[in-house]
Amino acid sequence: MEPFIIASIIKIFVMTLLVVLPLVALSSLAERKVSAFIQDRVGPNRVGIPATIFGAKKDIPFLGLIQPLADGLKFILKEDLTPGHVRKFFFILAPVLTMVPAMLTVAVVPFGSTINILGEEVKMVIADLNVGPLYTFAITSLGVYGIVLAGYASNSKYPFLGAVRSSSQMISYEISMGLSVVPVLMVYGELNLSRIALEQDTNGWALLPFSGHGWGTLQQWVLLVPMFISFIIFTVAIFAETNRMPFDLPECETELVGGYHTEYSSMKFAMFFMGEYAAMIIGSGLIITLFLGGWSIPFIPTAEFAKDHWWVGLLQFGCFLTKVIAFIFVFMWVRWTLPRFRFDQLMKLGWVFFFELALVNVFLTALILMWVK
Amino acid sequence: MLSEYLPVLIQMITATGLAASMLILSVVLGKSGNQSDIKNSPYECGMLPIGEGQPRFSVKFYMVAMLFVLFDIEVVFMYPWAVVFRDMIVTHTIMFWSMLSFAGILLVAYLYALKKGALNWKE
Repeated sequence: MEPFIIASIIKIFVMTLLVVLPLVALSSLAERKVSAFIQDRVGPNRVGIPATIFGAKKDIPFLGLIQPLADGLKFILKEDLTPGHVRKFFFILAPVLTMVPAMLTVAVVPFGSTINILGEEVKMVIADLNVGPLYTFAITSLGVYGIVLAGYASNSKYPFLGAVRSSSQMISYEISMGLSVVPVLMVYGELNLSRIALEQDTNGWALLPFSGHGWGTLQQWVLLVPMFISFIIFTVAIFAETNRMPFDLPECETELVGGYHTEYSSMKFAMFFMGEYAAMIIGSGLIITLFLGGWSIPFIPTAEFAKDHWWVGLLQFGCFLTKVIAFIFVFMWVRWTLPRFRFDQLMKLGWVFFFELALVNVFLTALILMWVK
Repeated sequence: MLSEYLPVLIQMITATGLAASMLILSVVLGKSGNQSDIKNSPYECGMLPIGEGQPRFSVKFYMVAMLFVLFDIEVVFMYPWAVVFRDMIVTHTIMFWSMLSFAGILLVAYLYALKKGALNWKE
């Protein structure tokens, strides 16, 4: 086989099975730990290494870190109930359609610069596409289908209402999300996410112009204004796309029971859950790549150095993961701090405020690029 | 050129395989209990379900979907413009004005939709 294929299989294996899935599991635990911390509780702290099975006197609690494993086991062993009133094919297809797009988006997020391994140049991104942001939008839009199908297939009132709400919410915020990326594309003149990250590594991040070589140009400093607006809109849109707290109307418990996954149980429910968390993780990855330098280590441009020293690639990977985890924490922080929007407020925010702001922002960036040299 | 997309295909197979294996695993390993009419009925907070499973819903949802198609296409049109903007604007100032007029036309449509109350969810 070609080295290119072997390298991509290894990258896919590492990113999917060793990064995204463990992060999904750990963030389900972290969510409960963070919420416990914010609400002044203890949180899950019992499930540890079951030493009693091997004849020890006591289990080792281990901070409750084994909780996700226990949850996963429980999910698999529970009854996989497919109620009689559902449309079976779509009912089974829906959780798959939520999880697969979330895992597909990871392919274009760069997690390091180009490094040399055994004389082969390896780009630290699964697929180095020239249409990065377009690909991401195309694939994340597919996530809507999973939710709509879940509501349609369940053939029951609450899931249906949840799905209808969710679809209109997700498509509404997709517009402001798409528009908020346009200024970034204008500044970097590039649709390739790895090259956007590389540019930020050498010349300073979009939101931190002095993190590269030198202090950044005047233009970069003035561009901070539209970049910051874009960053806010994009982050909020990612919150809305992943149905996270201030925007979790599709599944708001007090009105819609469980929303679109009311009728789901066992592993199928877990897949919705995993899809949501995977989307959150990859959303953080996208925010970081577009605005916060991606894999770049702050103040130390490493792209040139990394070409001959493979261990620098590991450092960049670590830096990327640190930023992602920091963002996941922000996601949780917001979830347990803010109350939920009302539906008309949500639509107004998306269609009136963010849409207009993002459109103005595009032309603001254009003017800055024209006038400030 | 197309070989760039090969990893995406592999990733797709991996993700689908992962999802399918999880579904199969839970079917194989999960316990199954007795089926009964009540267990099979749609969930409506413990009450017997009333009416059909898919109630009628507001026409506004259709409206949002239609507007989405309109404006999302506008956004996609902006992408190629945005990518070449920085290099081209030095010699062709018209780039800025052409996009401004394009956005202006769509802004008229947007204002019309706003005025008609298509985006007003208050009532």
